[in-house]
Amino acid sequence: MRFAFKTSYDHDLGLFRDPVQRRWYAALLAAVLLLPWAVPDYLSDVSLVFIYGLCGLSLMVLAGFTGLVSLGHAAFLGIGAYAHVFFLQDLGLPWVVSVALAAALTAAAGVLVGLPALRMTGVYLTIATLAFALIIQEVFSRWERVTHGLKGRPVDKPVIFGVSLASDTAFYFLCLALLIGGLWLTANVLRAPTGRAWVAIRDSEIAAQSMGVHLARYKTLAFAYSAGLMGAAGALFAHRIGFLAPDIFSVLLSIQFLLMVVVGGLGSLHGAIYGAVFVAMLPVLIAQMRDTTPQWAGHVAGLLGRDAGAAAYLAVDRFVKQPGLEPGIFGLILVLFILFEPLGIYGRWRKIQLLFSTFPLYKRATFRRQKTYMRSERLR
Amino acid sequence: MGCIYGLVALGFVLIYKATELVNFAQGDLLMLGAFVCYMFVVWYGVGYWVAFALAIAIVGGFGAVLDATVLRRVIGQPQFAVVMLTIGLGAMFRSFASLTWGSEIYTLPTPFSAHTTRLGGVTVSHEYVAIIVGTVVLCALLYAFFTYSRVGVAMQAASQNQLAAYYMGIPVKRMFSLIWAISAGVAAIAGVLLAPVSLIDINLGFIGLKAFAAAVLGGFGSIPGALVGGVTIGLIELFSGTYLPQGVKDVAAYIVLLLVLAVRPQGMFGTVGRKKV
Amino acid sequence: MSFFAADDLGVSFGGIRAVDGVSFAVDAGQVFTIIGPNGAGKTTIFNLISRIYDPTDGRLTFRDEDITRVPPHEIARRGIARTFQNIELFEHASVLDNLLLGRHAHARPRLLQELLYLPRVRAAERGHREAAEKVIDFLDLQAYRDSLVVNLPYGVRKVVEMGRALCTEPALLLLDEPSSGLSVEETEDMAFWIQDIRALLGITVLMVEHDMSLVGAVSDRVLALNYGRVVACGTCQEVQSHPDVIKAYLGG
Repeated sequence: MRFAFKTSYDHDLGLFRDPVQRRWYAALLAAVLLLPWAVPDYLSDVSLVFIYGLCGLSLMVLAGFTGLVSLGHAAFLGIGAYAHVFFLQDLGLPWVVSVALAAALTAAAGVLVGLPALRMTGVYLTIATLAFALIIQEVFSRWERVTHGLKGRPVDKPVIFGVSLASDTAFYFLCLALLIGGLWLTANVLRAPTGRAWVAIRDSEIAAQSMGVHLARYKTLAFAYSAGLMGAAGALFAHRIGFLAPDIFSVLLSIQFLLMVVVGGLGSLHGAIYGAVFVAMLPVLIAQMRDTTPQWAGHVAGLLGRDAGAAAYLAVDRFVKQPGLEPGIFGLILVLFILFEPLGIYGRWRKIQLLFSTFPLYKRATFRRQKTYMRSERLR
Repeated sequence: MGCIYGLVALGFVLIYKATELVNFAQGDLLMLGAFVCYMFVVWYGVGYWVAFALAIAIVGGFGAVLDATVLRRVIGQPQFAVVMLTIGLGAMFRSFASLTWGSEIYTLPTPFSAHTTRLGGVTVSHEYVAIIVGTVVLCALLYAFFTYSRVGVAMQAASQNQLAAYYMGIPVKRMFSLIWAISAGVAAIAGVLLAPVSLIDINLGFIGLKAFAAAVLGGFGSIPGALVGGVTIGLIELFSGTYLPQGVKDVAAYIVLLLVLAVRPQGMFGTVGRKKV
Repeated sequence: MSFFAADDLGVSFGGIRAVDGVSFAVDAGQVFTIIGPNGAGKTTIFNLISRIYDPTDGRLTFRDEDITRVPPHEIARRGIARTFQNIELFEHASVLDNLLLGRHAHARPRLLQELLYLPRVRAAERGHREAAEKVIDFLDLQAYRDSLVVNLPYGVRKVVEMGRALCTEPALLLLDEPSSGLSVEETEDMAFWIQDIRALLGITVLMVEHDMSLVGAVSDRVLALNYGRVVACGTCQEVQSHPDVIKAYLGG
């Protein structure tokens, strides 16, 4: 058990609970800074994790902290990506200005989506964002002049202030810097009145209103901030994948972002990062699984005889190499997490922490939801 | 086409009325229905009507099983969790379909194919007629079921106030499974009816998204609304394809959806619910 | 002009007149209680004052200003705070966060400043924290300061809810059934707190209550409601012995 001896309110206002936590995060920062020298081959993958982290952060602010679930966030990513490339390559603006403008434009799009959202609750909002995403995807295909339509458009490596950041290492640090920036900004907002208002909107709109929270303004702000973050992520995303096409920003990608947020743990910044790591690592894991599972099945069945082993190997191999498997696995993981671990990875980590700190008095019921009967009056 | 939207929307609304869940996998159930029917007709050489019935039975049963095993556990969790759950399930269904039946495109031969009639100067293909007739028959059946049969009334009770229904001795859990079965069955019917008109492939389920628009337009709590909404969306698509520029037709349904949600969220016939403090 | 007045207030839901021609006036520094059988429309009146519902007719005046059509989030800024019958706390936040949210009416949130957490924001946060701590001291909530609301017992939650309303620094406090679900000791504590709120903090209290002992202990004036209409208004004794009130509660 750790006892915090506080001498002023500033202790609680700070970002870190106590010096020990601060040291842990410093160590994490050092490890991340040294990563390029440790694993130089995987840098672009880790950069993608960082970009996804920004995306997860964006959706976490909207869905996890404000309770407005959006199924169309890939559309914002696309807007940010296309806008950035347009400003950078067609208009020739400097990199920083281009990213800032792209983020601002995406934020404006977020406000546009947010305005009708003010009158909708729960599922309706989700459906509306889905519809919005589908419309935007169509716009991407049709607006040839800006997006080059279905042909796609290639993206150059970033050049900031005249310094080319084409190398993996440089891009890695760029993504890291933006991620840390995003985390810092978001953490700041969350410990200030605006962030508290967002959480209030999530938990009880009526009570929030009675306390003076202007629902419309804060919901719109949430959308704008979330979309702005996504826009910045979009710019990085464009550089990372090198080639933009409308079908990248599909509903499947939005679902992956939601998966990120749910799996990571709704309502926490850590959750966004855990979720990003998870979702970025998942395709890698699936690819590994594709290679190793058939062999493994072959070995196990081989205990029954060589023919059985070979047959099993072939069957599993054929099953696993199918292209349609990925969305199925995403779906399965999503379902399993919602059924058995609704608080996500971060939630599981908190439970483990609680187990250790209150041992042997740990109660599982601390996290159990109360049983509720559905009534239409209980609309949330 | 409007009737297909209406049918799928009907499935949405049924489940929503009963369980306050929105089933994002409805479109994928439709796809499964179409595939199952195709499988029986083409692979096993069963007659069309028998395959139709089998498809309804299998997918309906699957819906009930789904409710009993998976969906029951998430009652009481926030709506968001359930939405995610059904999305995940939908993805799993698509994957399953592509694994079982491959990812190519198929066509379904029916007794109606290649027949047409002249109706008031317009050539109408029998497949479309079958869709409309099937929808009307189905809705009449469902309406009669809900209004007049004991089971139907019990279902309505269970959907309006779960706790009271328990007290009245209604086996609520079985009711819910039954509703899911019916809803899945409706989706299967829609799938089979749709199959000859549009080709069968794993992405057939995306029609569910347009059916959302139909359900929202009609009002999420209203069964006739779902149908009216479906037909309206079908008509809107038709007109936007003819009169508006290229490409608007595809997204017309979604634009309508956004407009409806922004202006009149309860749709044409729905009711607005609000938390009581 | 009185501190707070409702003039011929009425609201209909569908065909039902939930509140019909209700008029009453509250003077500054009073504790004014509304009593009545269940379904009489008491909480509906509170919802009208908090502007969760719109009245179909009638007027509400507060400190000489007409608040009948004011948007709901303005009410807190004007100095009216309320608690809810079924506690509407923010379940997954700590008690302190709930109280700090009560300060929102006095915060001037500026997103850009908060993003960078300028010293100005930090100083404002410190101020809010001090104000919240004063309320914690007043209500003896020190032990629960960092607990999540979802882990707290019902009685404590009711107190936190009142604390959150107090953090708004209201001039008029609406308490919806403050003693429902509380034990005898907790109800006595609640009586003392209401008296302290009036005497020490100078806040006018308008409350809905069923527990007649609490009503008798703290109220200055009582209004009896039945089926949305005023039945009697006066001191506690007058109302309790009024024949119509007795008929409403006991029948006959």
